[in-house]
Amino acid sequence: MTTNTPAATPADAPTAHATTAAPVAVGPSGEPSAASEPAVTGPGAAAPAHEAKTPVHRSDAATVETFPTAESSVRTRRGPVALFAPIGSLAVAFGLWYAVSYLLLAPARRFLVPPPHQVLQVAVLDWTHLQPMLQALALTAQVALAGLAIAAALGITGAVVMSRARWLERSLYPYAVILQTVPILAIVPLIGLWFGFGFTSRVVVCVLIALFPMIANTLFGLQSVDRAHHDLFTLQKASRWDRLRKLELPAALPAVFTGLRTSSGLSVIGAIVGDMFFKQGAAGIGTLLDVYRSRLQSEDLFAAIILASLFGVAVFALFTFLSRLAIGSWHASGRS
Amino acid sequence: MATAVQTALSFVAVDKRFDSGTTALSSVDLRVGAGEFVAVVGPSGCGKSTLLRLAAGLDAPSAGEISTPGGDVGYVFQDATLLPWRSVLANVALPAELAGRPKAERHERAMDAIRLVGLDGFEKQLPRQLSGGMRMRVSLARALMMSPALFLFDEPFGALDEMTRLRMQEELQRIFAETGFAGLFITHSVTEAVFLANRVVVMSARPGRITAEFEVPFAHPRPASLRYAPEFAAIAGAVSEALRGDAQ
Repeated sequence: MTTNTPAATPADAPTAHATTAAPVAVGPSGEPSAASEPAVTGPGAAAPAHEAKTPVHRSDAATVETFPTAESSVRTRRGPVALFAPIGSLAVAFGLWYAVSYLLLAPARRFLVPPPHQVLQVAVLDWTHLQPMLQALALTAQVALAGLAIAAALGITGAVVMSRARWLERSLYPYAVILQTVPILAIVPLIGLWFGFGFTSRVVVCVLIALFPMIANTLFGLQSVDRAHHDLFTLQKASRWDRLRKLELPAALPAVFTGLRTSSGLSVIGAIVGDMFFKQGAAGIGTLLDVYRSRLQSEDLFAAIILASLFGVAVFALFTFLSRLAIGSWHASGRS
Repeated sequence: MATAVQTALSFVAVDKRFDSGTTALSSVDLRVGAGEFVAVVGPSGCGKSTLLRLAAGLDAPSAGEISTPGGDVGYVFQDATLLPWRSVLANVALPAELAGRPKAERHERAMDAIRLVGLDGFEKQLPRQLSGGMRMRVSLARALMMSPALFLFDEPFGALDEMTRLRMQEELQRIFAETGFAGLFITHSVTEAVFLANRVVVMSARPGRITAEFEVPFAHPRPASLRYAPEFAAIAGAVSEALRGDAQ
């Protein structure tokens, strides 16, 4: 998460936001954006020419990656291959898992990678094991959503403020970049001292991790409005408020959703990291992961990891769905 | 019509220099009378679009004077420039909405404009559901909707295919004959200029200046077949000659 180092004069060129946003825009599936291109040219992609000028909306690789292929490829080749290929790949994955458990590991070391059926039996089908996990996941979900909501509100507001004037952007954006590059682990003790070692601090970690993509994407969206559209509003002597409300914000919406999808994934990660460091109060799924590790309960550990990952995927899917609902009728990225 | 008394737009000794140092326009004098349709042709980079932006008040001249009668100016952009999240109706109604007109009034005026460009039945569609020609009609309707005294066109049909382009020219001069606005129309097509305008102004580049003017005497509305009349060809030929002579 801290691999992006484009702190160099982001205010100089509008494209700088695209480059700063790009390294962060790695969703749960983490696919490179280049892979998304063929998906966009699918059957429903008779996109108006002007949409081609906004490549950043396409660069939310993960979205375009997971969902459109499901939709467009089923339409183009509805054959059994399209249906059974994913099932086949899942079978291969389980086969590899079994192979590692039984062929690679001696029985004494099998606890390192317990076979799938054992994970299912011990952790998932036993309610006394599953119930605390679900409870912890519910708490982690609350943390993640609270963090995301705060990050979204702060990020969108911050981007709107920065878009008002070049000098505001120049004086504020560097801090947004610093926020992104500061190692969370290094400031964990400080967060604990300031906000205590419970729920609040977990949310703070989420916000810190999820804020930057919201700012960067929203700002990019606000600044990528067509010049001719601005002229149109200038000709009508539109107020700044009308310009923001009726032009800049709606035009930024696709980019805002790109930010939301990225940040939603990050805030789930933030909540789990927060669980591990701030353990006061009820346990989150991150806390349980640590407990299972220390007690060598590897079946529970595997189940909890899978559960947490599925939750991340669910959150991502939710925001893709919301994006389609909000902008799918007029923007290609919403349809994908 | 070319001798209209009232003036809708006038440029007096207008210069425009950009910060980069290039002189886009040099001592331009231009007058558009009320109810007069003037077309400007010239090679690319001759400052045609700059001329229009100055007329609209989007840019300020470096020297000289530009006067407009005030009130609403209709501006038709090179692209349709529609807001993709708004329906046809909401796009057309946008100028009145920004001017703070009551909802019932702007709805009614938008529908009138939509009917005028022949798009009734499409008012609930989104721009992406329309063809390029239809989008340009929506753009026209949006400019018409405030019944402006002065209409500015920035190569509005340049991106359309030939068939659509001819049909849009016929539509536009029909609307011009019906509503009688003053128009300044930028284009790089000589036949388009001669077909639409009462007067054709020829510009040349580096620096952008006016080199010739031609009266086009045919009355509006003009039939499509006018394009093949010998008198039409004679004027178009003279305009082309002026353009070519300038290029050498």
